[in-house]
Amino acid sequence: MIRWDWIGDNLGVIGGSVVDHLVLTILAIVIGLVISFVAALVIRRRRILRGPITATFGVLYTIPSLALFAFLVPFTGLTLVTAEIGLISYTLLILTRNILAGLEGIPAEVREAADGMGYTGPQRLMGVELPLALPVIMTGMRVATVTIVGLVMVTAVIGEGGLGQLMLRGFNRQFPTMIYVGFVLTIVLALVLDLILVAIQRLLTPWSRRAAA
Amino acid sequence: MDVAPSPGPSDSTAGAVPAPTERPARRAATVEFAHVTKVYGRAEANTPGAVNDLSLFVPAGRICVLVGPSGCGKTTSLKMVNRLIEPTSGRILIDGVDAATREVTELRRGIGYVIQSTGLFPHQTIGANVAVVPRLLGWDAARQRERTDELLGLVGLDPARYRDRYPSQLSGGERQRVGVARALAADPPVMLMDEPFGAVDPIVRDRLQNEFLRLQEGLAKTILFVTHDIDEAIKLGDLVAVMQAGGTLAQFGSPGEILANPASDFVARFVGADRGLKRLSLVRVGDLGPTPIVVAHPGDDAADAARRLAADPFRYLLLVDERDRPIGWVDPRHLPAVGTLTDDMASPMSPLLEPRTTLKDALSMLLGADVQAGIVVDGGGRAQGIITLDAIVEELRAPAEPVVPA
Repeated sequence: MIRWDWIGDNLGVIGGSVVDHLVLTILAIVIGLVISFVAALVIRRRRILRGPITATFGVLYTIPSLALFAFLVPFTGLTLVTAEIGLISYTLLILTRNILAGLEGIPAEVREAADGMGYTGPQRLMGVELPLALPVIMTGMRVATVTIVGLVMVTAVIGEGGLGQLMLRGFNRQFPTMIYVGFVLTIVLALVLDLILVAIQRLLTPWSRRAAA
Repeated sequence: MDVAPSPGPSDSTAGAVPAPTERPARRAATVEFAHVTKVYGRAEANTPGAVNDLSLFVPAGRICVLVGPSGCGKTTSLKMVNRLIEPTSGRILIDGVDAATREVTELRRGIGYVIQSTGLFPHQTIGANVAVVPRLLGWDAARQRERTDELLGLVGLDPARYRDRYPSQLSGGERQRVGVARALAADPPVMLMDEPFGAVDPIVRDRLQNEFLRLQEGLAKTILFVTHDIDEAIKLGDLVAVMQAGGTLAQFGSPGEILANPASDFVARFVGADRGLKRLSLVRVGDLGPTPIVVAHPGDDAADAARRLAADPFRYLLLVDERDRPIGWVDPRHLPAVGTLTDDMASPMSPLLEPRTTLKDALSMLLGADVQAGIVVDGGGRAQGIITLDAIVEELRAPAEPVVPA
């Protein structure tokens, strides 16, 4: 059923697909994080914008991915940009919500203590609020990352797709080995990225680990 | 509502513990509220937290306790000093300088701030928490570390054990100590403390209060302290500002004055019907002076002891050891006509009182032990004399002399 010899002969192609998949995913998460961070800060400053911004991100999140890519192609073509616009738009709701939830979960007295001791606004954000919001933000990152690893597959229809591309070619050629390789490696990729994020979180939040000990 | 006494001495801090400071010349500052008003919303007079034309003067190096029922504006008043809340009108002067004219972060870094829940940063180690303000002020790492260790030692936490822990690994009392250490880090001339001992159990609270007073003896900071507990106010305050609903100052004076002469029905009710008893907590055994008694050592001649005792109004003999530490009482009826005194003649002891013991504590110890007198001992445990129940009751009757802080 599986042509192991094909796998052996095509390690380069498979590796290239994994790298493509990874690049598409990481690019979407990083850019999505930056946009979500700015959006969260804007919302904190202008409460009234919370509704409109989250509603917009919510609508983006509900658009079926195939439809979104199809819609974008006339504007941005069969390009990486099209793929990324789609992928990023799916990260925004999850990440913005979690950043806001993380910041809002900080005890009021911690914030007051920071103000009372003479932190400036940016110092408080970087030195106190972000570190404390980190566990919740990282949870959002994990959900977004696993989601995006799956969605990258779909971008195969516009000529990107990483491992999705591998699977699509497998379908077209009725060659199951390519499908299985794409399928298994996508799952492995999602799991590995998730584990890496957990490790990063543990490294960055030593206090929560010791508290539990 | 002008109750500001004349400015006190600003250099009352001689002998303070030496500590690195940005402004070595200034250890404590005066704090003055001048017609400070805070109105919330649509100027309705009785909004909780509002403050109405508050004027008071705290001399440098003194503890001023703001006390009152909830919503009386005491916390608002405190937070207006470091401008977490801005006054609607009026001025707050620190060493004569209007706080509103100072850059707000610079102002706050020069004021220690302790709150009930401590507000320690959960993501930072104890050492990093204590060094927050020095770090903001840009001290180098070595100096931060040195100061942190010094302060942890000062509040009774072994730096080597606690420096690298996280707040969640500490008990409530330990966290509160760290909170105080953090507020002291940059040696601020003024400290604000908002119910700092409110969240710990009564036993820990009592210990923290005593430690706090001991610390303040060495530091002599100007401290504004908020509490709703009149007993805490009396125990800790050099000055007590009683506030009432609507944010008005009901009375401002020493604890002795407030207990002896409440300015209004409200103050009288707030300090409680037992204010006479509370006054006892302001007087210490050392203030009263022990009554001398007849003492003897084991091995002394019994007949001689009986003769000396006959001339004394207090009919019991105190047996003490070779270092003058009390062993117990000897009833004269049990004294042998001839021979010497021995340990086994002594019957159980009265409570031992130290010069620092308040008369209130002394009274409850005497009542608890069901005895007429307590033995006053000095730091080495040597008997100095006794304090009788009668002497304490006499103190209760005496009119309170106003105790005005120098």
